[in-house]
Amino acid sequence: MNLSRRHFLVLAPAAAIAWKAVLAGTPEQAENYKMSEHWWGMLIDDPKCIGCGNCVKACATENDVPDGYFRTWVERYHVEDEDMTNPQVISPDGGKEGFPVAAEDAGKYFFVPKMCNHCSDSPCTQVCPVGATFVSPDGVVLVDPKYCLGCAYCVQACPYGCRYIHPEKKTVDKCTLCYHRITKGLTTACCESCPTGARQLVDLKNPKDPIHEFLKTHPAQVLKPQMATGAKAYYNGLDGSVR
Amino acid sequence: MTGVEGFMYPNEVGLQWSVLIVLYPFITGLVAGAFILASLERVFHVEAVKPTYRLALLTALAFLIVAPLPLQLHLGHPERSPEMYFTPHSTSAMAMFGYVYLWYLMAVLVFEIWLDYRKDIVLLSQSSKGLLKVMYKVMSLGSDNISPRALHIDEKVGWIVTLIGIPSAFLLHGYVGFIFGSIKANPWWSSPLMPVVFIFSAMVSGIAGVMLIYMATTKLRGRTIDMRCVDTIAMYLFYIFIIDFSLEMLDLIHRIYEADESFRSLDFMVHTQLYIPHIVIQIILGTVTPLVLLFVTQVVKLPEQIRKRIYVISGCLALMGIFAMRWNVVIGGQLFSKSFLGYTTYKMTLVTREGSLVAIGLSILPLFILWALIKLLPPWATEPPTHTAAAD
Repeated sequence: MNLSRRHFLVLAPAAAIAWKAVLAGTPEQAENYKMSEHWWGMLIDDPKCIGCGNCVKACATENDVPDGYFRTWVERYHVEDEDMTNPQVISPDGGKEGFPVAAEDAGKYFFVPKMCNHCSDSPCTQVCPVGATFVSPDGVVLVDPKYCLGCAYCVQACPYGCRYIHPEKKTVDKCTLCYHRITKGLTTACCESCPTGARQLVDLKNPKDPIHEFLKTHPAQVLKPQMATGAKAYYNGLDGSVR
Repeated sequence: MTGVEGFMYPNEVGLQWSVLIVLYPFITGLVAGAFILASLERVFHVEAVKPTYRLALLTALAFLIVAPLPLQLHLGHPERSPEMYFTPHSTSAMAMFGYVYLWYLMAVLVFEIWLDYRKDIVLLSQSSKGLLKVMYKVMSLGSDNISPRALHIDEKVGWIVTLIGIPSAFLLHGYVGFIFGSIKANPWWSSPLMPVVFIFSAMVSGIAGVMLIYMATTKLRGRTIDMRCVDTIAMYLFYIFIIDFSLEMLDLIHRIYEADESFRSLDFMVHTQLYIPHIVIQIILGTVTPLVLLFVTQVVKLPEQIRKRIYVISGCLALMGIFAMRWNVVIGGQLFSKSFLGYTTYKMTLVTREGSLVAIGLSILPLFILWALIKLLPPWATEPPTHTAAAD
């Protein structure tokens, strides 16, 4: 096979990117994982979301999420001109199967993926009467299902509607940020399945993580900042009408 | 989606807290209110309400025994509830429940009842036979000294327990209000006024409840209702009701005037789904009507028979209004989306663990327990009926 210098220059960067992806798919040994070295969060580059619902499906499959409940979901907003305070929002089956074709041309349409914000000052962990839900040392809000009473106080306390009582287990369930994956060096199921890279797992303790540069140079914000929950799901380009 | 108007976050469609969680604050409110009424005589020396003193204590105990049941039935894993005692989470308001409950039940209510009844228990253990005798013996805890000096000590200690009991009753119900009031995610609940409103509404329901129970039991026993007693209770009911109503109106006016981002959502709810339970049942029928009726008894000299009827109607309406208030807080607070863009509906089931039949059963259960407590520890002196002959 003859490989010209021109072809080599084109293929080399592509191979490098591909190799990086291959390496990303290689699970890190769990025993090498040090919780104290990480502080996980999520970057949601909202304008990139196309509402395909792949993330919702991948999450449901990966985490065995019961029908009718969602660890993550996608909302479609329709904002008509100046009426920012009254957006029309839909999320049929959590956006799992995508969305119907927009009927109206007036105003703007956009998608907003939602999930647990893995708040560092999370109101859900504050209220749990037995401490069954907690913030892990690496910044992930988790639930111990063997300890949870199923009182649903945390469901009431979550401002984002991210928790539910599992209909069979009778304990609370929520996004774990695919903890079983990220502690092995993988990314989350939703990030992996996103075709546009709208979701990116970020490690805020890793100085080399591009999130630091991204947050410096982009108008990112968290949902409901007035709740002061220390949310770690950062949204880039979020429309002001989003709740 | 059925029952949803506008947009709800997908996990919000079904309500998490059912009618059983409505019952819980209603029942604890009755407990706290009944105890406050009892303390009027014991601590504040309002002699007129003495006929209801013991009955109020027993009523409080009967309801307090039932108070944790709706919570237990609601839990996904009730078998894990002891963990709240063993490994409580220090930042959780709900983790306090077990301790506040135990403190109130054992250190305040049971202790006070025991001190007040100790002489009776000793005498009953001497006069009764068989199993009942054993039961009274056990209840006396071996303390059978009923000398005047011993009874004087009982009296003194009982007074101190009641004194401690008043803030404890406030704690018991104020804490229930705090459970709701401290949830910043929910604007319908999140208010520093919530514990105060809960305390005063508890007093209203407890006082109304004991007044009705006193009137009913007196009637059933064929005795004459002590009008000085019920007039005094009605007076306290009226004044506390005014404070309660003022606080609730303050909260409402504040919300309307401030009109923050949640207002449109809450306003819509009050005009639609919550119109009947909030405006009609809670405010018009359950608060304004009994307040007007009680006001009339305070300013117009009415015949005894009419006053009695007014008190019964006012008491029933007040209880209904307070139940509606609990309903509107617990259920109403879950009917709107935290996105403020939509509403869901509550469908109460009939025969399920959290259904209406269970709720009705739990509401009636304290009355059976009270009946048993009255049989075991009669709150009144055993005298022959006073007006049975006349009635006959």
